[in-house]
Amino acid sequence: MKSYSKTTPYLFIGPALLLLALFSLFPIVVALVISFTDIDLAGLADYSNISFIGIENYLHIFKDPIFLKSIGNTIFYVVFGVPLVIACSLGIALLINFGTARIFKAFRLVFYMPSITNVVAVAVVWTYLYNPQFGLFNYLLGLVGIPAIPWLQDPTIAKGSLIALAVWRAIGVNMIIFLAALQGIPKTYYEAAQLDGANNWKQLTKITIPLLRYAIFFVSITTMIGWLQFFEEPFVMTNGGPLDSTTSVALFIYRNGFQLSNFGYAAAGSFVLFVTIILITIIQFRLQKKDTDF
Amino acid sequence: MKTNASNAKKTYQIQQVIAGIILLIGGLLVAIPFIWMILSAFKPESEVLQLTPTLWPETITTKNFIYLFENMNFAVYLRNTIIIVLFSFVGLFFNAMAGYAFAKYKFKGRDKLFYLVLATMMIPGQVTMIPVYLILNQMGLTNTMAGVVLPGLVGAFSIFLFRQFMSTIPDELLEAARLDGASEFRVFMQLILPISKPIMAVQGILTFIAGWNSFLWPLIIANDESLYTLSVGLSLLKGQYGGNFALQMAGSTFMVIPIVIIFIIFQKHIIEGYTISGMK
Repeated sequence: MKSYSKTTPYLFIGPALLLLALFSLFPIVVALVISFTDIDLAGLADYSNISFIGIENYLHIFKDPIFLKSIGNTIFYVVFGVPLVIACSLGIALLINFGTARIFKAFRLVFYMPSITNVVAVAVVWTYLYNPQFGLFNYLLGLVGIPAIPWLQDPTIAKGSLIALAVWRAIGVNMIIFLAALQGIPKTYYEAAQLDGANNWKQLTKITIPLLRYAIFFVSITTMIGWLQFFEEPFVMTNGGPLDSTTSVALFIYRNGFQLSNFGYAAAGSFVLFVTIILITIIQFRLQKKDTDF
Repeated sequence: MKTNASNAKKTYQIQQVIAGIILLIGGLLVAIPFIWMILSAFKPESEVLQLTPTLWPETITTKNFIYLFENMNFAVYLRNTIIIVLFSFVGLFFNAMAGYAFAKYKFKGRDKLFYLVLATMMIPGQVTMIPVYLILNQMGLTNTMAGVVLPGLVGAFSIFLFRQFMSTIPDELLEAARLDGASEFRVFMQLILPISKPIMAVQGILTFIAGWNSFLWPLIIANDESLYTLSVGLSLLKGQYGGNFALQMAGSTFMVIPIVIIFIIFQKHIIEGYTISGMK
């Protein structure tokens, strides 16, 4: 029955697994090890310059005001970003699913478009839109008599502006996931509800939302992990400013690693982020399990 | 009874129109950045800096695009981006091979190795970023094209999708090909890959988009401008020509439009791909 040699399967998985091991699994070990050292540019040039400093990086990082600020900013992104992404993408998916005319299919394309475009390009475009003097947004606000808003110059507004851009980019993929889930709900459920005289709102809250529970759970987990790793938007648009008010944990790690060359310190920061992501994922799975028990 | 039914139908139609109008407004809001980008890219610099912006360019100019290629190295960036895209298709081939082995071969440690592959999906990029840089540095690959390409060549999610799709291919088909004396590699190339066209199409487009947009690794690994990709070049442009929005919009348009065109041609595959991959 088996006509292939024993080594064949390993030859097929070999290239991919070798690359994954070298660039995904092995780095975890390296990151953990160097997070207990003071490796920097001098250490990179000559390994004898590296010394083992125990958990000093971890002790130090939790006293670093910029790191603490970046944690605060990241929590801000998660708290406002996740519900916004779910609400917008679910709302749009429901409206598109509700529509019967052909034009509704075209809307899928329009809302999906931002998610495939290059993040640097759209960040450059949005920086222009947000420009206090020449930007379109302030011009349009001016037309209706609203004074100019410092989109990227005010610490709090800047966070909101970055969230707006990221939500704009995140709608597409999540909308498609919700649409696929919506199409999986049997039509007969709605027909039965209509016979019982349930209105649209009742149908939405009693049938659609409960049956979308798994999709909502999936989207909330992936979106939350995405926000915890929020990087490109603040990197290109504000570089963390003003006064580090938009610096995310990911940007903090990048900056310490590649601009300040504190590799060990940055690795410690990345491990804090990693553990946080794992913990949050576990907690969410627990909650979900409890939820389905009923 | 009859008027009730026609009333209900009327309410339904009104609701349809309202849903359409909401989506139209939302869609317009979503499209504004694209529209503004394209229109501004064809305006001369002076027009972009007017305090009362024009919607349609008063003077249509392609000078911004010419400037990108003549005074900046956009031709080099474009070449590098295309090289990365081509290599990422090699990676796609590796993913397909691995997905096939996980789907169709029985071998020792298969399940454990597959879980290991899935586990790599959980690892955030920020954790591997620094060690991968150190590893590439050790291998002497910093500031080389190989260093830019290698870290992102294969992906666990892609392997997973290939496996899901290929496990639906009936075993009898493989047995028949083997009886005909085809080698394992030939079975894969001439039987499995053609059957896997739907998943190949999705993955191919997504690979193209990811390669075209690649930003982080080129940024970290390339010190030399001759290795920059379009994304890195564009962020450089933003720093150097901060006030020249027309030029920035031209650079962005140049990056975004090819993707939009490819997306519109293949949108059916991409959007249906989510259903194929069972992401429900």
